[in-house]
Amino acid sequence: MIWNETIECATRDEMKGIQSARLIETVQRIYHNVPGYRNKMQKAGLVPTDIKSLDDLSKLPFTTKEDLREHYPFGMFTVPMSEIVRVHASSGTTGRPTVVGYTRKDLNTWAEVVTRTLVMAGVHRHDVVQVAYGYGLFTGGLGIHYGTENLGATVIPISGGNTQKQIQLMQDFGTTVIACTPSYALHLAEVMVDMGISPEDLQLKTGIFGAEPWSENMRKEIEGKLKLRAIDIYGLSEVIGPGVSCECECQAGMHINEDHFIPEIIDPETLQPLARGELGELVFSTVTKEGIPLLRYRTRDLTRLIYDKCDCGRTLVRMEKCRGRSDDMLIIRGVNVFPSQIESILLEMSETEPHYLLIVDREGNLDTLRLLVEVQEQFFSDEIKMLEALRKKITGNIQSTLGVSVDVRLVEPRTIERTAGKAKRVIDNRKL
Amino acid sequence: MITKQVSVFLENKSGRLNEVTRIMGEAGINISAFSIADSSDFGVLRMIVPDPDKAVTILREHLFSVQITPVIIITSPNKPGSLSRLLNILSEDGIFIEYIYAFSMNENSAVIVIRPSDINRCLRALEERREELHSQNDQYII
Repeated sequence: MIWNETIECATRDEMKGIQSARLIETVQRIYHNVPGYRNKMQKAGLVPTDIKSLDDLSKLPFTTKEDLREHYPFGMFTVPMSEIVRVHASSGTTGRPTVVGYTRKDLNTWAEVVTRTLVMAGVHRHDVVQVAYGYGLFTGGLGIHYGTENLGATVIPISGGNTQKQIQLMQDFGTTVIACTPSYALHLAEVMVDMGISPEDLQLKTGIFGAEPWSENMRKEIEGKLKLRAIDIYGLSEVIGPGVSCECECQAGMHINEDHFIPEIIDPETLQPLARGELGELVFSTVTKEGIPLLRYRTRDLTRLIYDKCDCGRTLVRMEKCRGRSDDMLIIRGVNVFPSQIESILLEMSETEPHYLLIVDREGNLDTLRLLVEVQEQFFSDEIKMLEALRKKITGNIQSTLGVSVDVRLVEPRTIERTAGKAKRVIDNRKL
Repeated sequence: MITKQVSVFLENKSGRLNEVTRIMGEAGINISAFSIADSSDFGVLRMIVPDPDKAVTILREHLFSVQITPVIIITSPNKPGSLSRLLNILSEDGIFIEYIYAFSMNENSAVIVIRPSDINRCLRALEERREELHSQNDQYII
């Protein structure tokens, strides 16, 4: 089944027509309502009427996460706050999150795109969808929630965590679709074994997994252990949240809801658009959003676009699984972590430059974050209890700022390897 | 007397203590006394050496995190009850001990190293109650 056949199976020309019209309108709206972006356009010598069709998209300046931070919290909104009915936020450096706002229409758009993606994934209105993404400022939980309601399926809004109860309810309520991070899906599988429950005792048929990178091997593992079809969903709060793109049942790339979010692939170094099919950084222009429309927003995710028609019948362009990042962001259990955030937390606790190393592992099925901190003399105390207190303080500060738990180890000075004077900050041992 | 104790941060890894003792040995610095306090993955080596400043300089050259900590060294009689008598005084005066370590020198005397929360108050208490300590002809050298 296809939720919105007119759009999802449109010809390339039809899609281009829709995109061009919406782009022209969005550029006007942003130019007149967002001083920061207007300045950027003026610096580039552009006025809104220079954008006459989709072909002019690459003339426009980029928007970055830094722009959102700079105009924290609501400076990039194009409507008055009275029009905003909800905000979401993602974690950010030193407590400054990236904030996005939604009008009533934006929430409807979001529900529509999530519904499309659920249908792509093979979800029907008679399904029971257990949403184990976190509910709250994070877009994962509420995003899938309203898309599921819009479809008419049954939502179990259980949010994240409480694994045994998740499994209990899956069994009792006859859950057919589970939505969570892929690493949590594997954790669920493990706990199920401990509880003596096998996938055959459950009704699961589909998993909607996203919010963190995962590999084809992990897909095989999840599908084998949970006996379901594991579908990859992609999204980021700046663009709308989950539902930007999603795999269909062919599992051959994620269809982008490109009538709302126009994708481009650029070279992250030269910032020039790349030819079709080339690997580069994914950039989105949102052309229907009212609260915080963004033009040429740099996702920092590296991928490539596939324009061929899919076996499912959809013509919506597909993106491959993300291959990495063009910045140093890590995704730990669905939470975005920048090494610079750790650095600023340590800097606040000491006068001099901290030396640290982040080690990311996947133990069992959960990401673990270990932080080695060199005990420079400004940190060193002769008393164990002071050192333990220091460790607790670092742990606490990181947990409260980033929202991820971390195992802090104090190590001797100069034990963290330095290469060419620059310390290596991150070791990611996860095999993705 | 108050003396400078050298404290060194060590990871709980094999060979780390050996590294410090090797450096001290090569520098010709004798370690008169030491103790190690440890937690699950790190420890603090505390040692009494004849030339603490030199020890600190050399250890810093070898990139250790080092700290000089003032401690009180007391020579006490090496017989049952003498440590207790000393600690009674401190406890009665409400002096809190962060850590303490001791060793026997010979049949007659032992050395006690104390790191009190307030070093001057501790020293004053010991001075003021010297008479009590020295009863029964036992000699404490503070």
